[in-house]
Amino acid sequence: MNLTPEDVDHVATLARLGITAEDRSRFAEQLSDVLEHFRALQALDTTGISPTAQVFNLHSVMRDDVARPSLPREQVLANAPRQEDGFFRVQAVLET
Amino acid sequence: MTGTHHAGTSPATDYEVVIGLEVHAQVVTESKMFCGCSSRYSGAPPNTLVCPVCLGMPGSLPVMNRTAVEATIITALALNCEIPEFSKFDRKNYNYPDLMKGYQISQFDLPFSQAGWLEFDDPANPGQMRRAGITRVHLEEDTATLKHVRDSSGETYSLMDVNRAGVPLMEIVGDPDLRTADEAGSYLRAVRQILRYLGVSTANMDEGAFRCDANVSLRPWGQAEYGAKVEVKNMNSFRSVVRAIEFEIVRQRDLLDAGGRIVQETRGWVDDRAITVTQRSKEAAHDYRYFPEPDLPPIITPEAEVERLRSLLPELPDAKRQRFADAYRMTSDIADTLTQTRALAEYFEQTVNLSGNARAAANWITRDVLRILGATGAEIDQILLTPAHLADLIKLLDTGTISGRTAPEVLEEAVSTGSMPREIVQQRGLGQVSDTDALTTAVADAIASNPKAVADYRAGKATAMGFLVGAVMKATRGKGNPGLVNELLKQQLDG
Repeated sequence: MNLTPEDVDHVATLARLGITAEDRSRFAEQLSDVLEHFRALQALDTTGISPTAQVFNLHSVMRDDVARPSLPREQVLANAPRQEDGFFRVQAVLET
Repeated sequence: MTGTHHAGTSPATDYEVVIGLEVHAQVVTESKMFCGCSSRYSGAPPNTLVCPVCLGMPGSLPVMNRTAVEATIITALALNCEIPEFSKFDRKNYNYPDLMKGYQISQFDLPFSQAGWLEFDDPANPGQMRRAGITRVHLEEDTATLKHVRDSSGETYSLMDVNRAGVPLMEIVGDPDLRTADEAGSYLRAVRQILRYLGVSTANMDEGAFRCDANVSLRPWGQAEYGAKVEVKNMNSFRSVVRAIEFEIVRQRDLLDAGGRIVQETRGWVDDRAITVTQRSKEAAHDYRYFPEPDLPPIITPEAEVERLRSLLPELPDAKRQRFADAYRMTSDIADTLTQTRALAEYFEQTVNLSGNARAAANWITRDVLRILGATGAEIDQILLTPAHLADLIKLLDTGTISGRTAPEVLEEAVSTGSMPREIVQQRGLGQVSDTDALTTAVADAIASNPKAVADYRAGKATAMGFLVGAVMKATRGKGNPGLVNELLKQQLDG
């Protein structure tokens, strides 16, 4: 399976990644290799094996609805490139 | 639905309107959906209810809030849904600054419920019900809030508060079974009423606890396939939902009549201009790349658990309304009014139990108690007049202790002071005078001082009696027992 440079552009757009023309063809090749690997996995005979999204034999793990203290705000904002008045400051998001 | 006729050479096509609503309702919980941060974010300083799970920090792991899961399943049961034994959470991937993690934990192909239905008042046929399908009720997490800012230099940016991120959010997806904007409004009221009866959500739209998006499309009558649908967002009141849908129907019809084509897109309602505008077209739209949430094990809900949750369902609005109409022999309008909220219905039934007089309880509540609530903006459980007070007032009337004329005065005082009607009557001497001797004097006085009325009465004028009764009541400050006053007047006049 071969990914086209357009596929790469689409995925990059969804991930908000800016990529160069050079990246584009290199990623197309590398991602195609990844898909090729999965094609090999898909060749396995899985008849009689039910689909699963989890490898742990766990289900319905829940907690009681009890509130506990949150982080101090300085820690919450510690990694923020920009902050203002206790908020994360981010690039303008246009909302129509 | 009939098509509006437009000027033109060809006759306008008649279209069938197809509407489906997506309702988001915050679940009332103490803590967030996947962590222990408080979910009571209203009024909290920004970013003070945030932890590594909220921030999507490496190594942090979400754990489901049992109360939110149960509330979702209970809601689904109230909406007549099937509850599959196996369900799971998924990641819905998109990049927007209201998500810290770059994805929202939601449910994709195996939600908690599916295939239900809801009955709502048919706005076109008062007293009749309509039924709409419920596609599914699932659970997800709410997003962060963004404040859009333009500073003095003209630079624009956004400020993000993560407090709301992770609050449990239920999504109720409706089938495209609605045909008019008014039906959408009625459906929405029914959903809100059920959520409030269940106590799972405040369902307050103005606080953002209840949100609605509408999918609207048109198709020529008789056509099986749906037309291209437009998703309308940004409505912040019931009224704006109805208006936005009405606008969208006309916009699409005009466009189709003019030979245009509807583009599948998301449009936003702009309330002050009363129009919808393009937000996002199909090309840039949803490519969420859902995949199973690896950090949350699936959920198994055995039949016994479904039945346990079903047993927790309270009597729902429709059933209660029907029961009130039957058991208390009231009109469906009165039953409807008394079952608007679960608290009001309980107030009524407590009053009935304490007073033994359902008719009087219904009258006082629909007439006076609701007027008081409307005037003060208070909730039924916040006023000083409890069912015990109202029942006391009804008993005072039923035993003839007070007259119908003094009752409103007693009620007003009970409402403002919280005193028991019985005490108010005693303290202020408002008891009805049923004592023949006391009334005889007042009656004699009335006859002596109103010779013209007496003459009229003897001449056979029926109205004269009413005038004389009024004179006696005035003299006794409304406390005379009207039946007795009538009787005594007749005795003295005819005797």
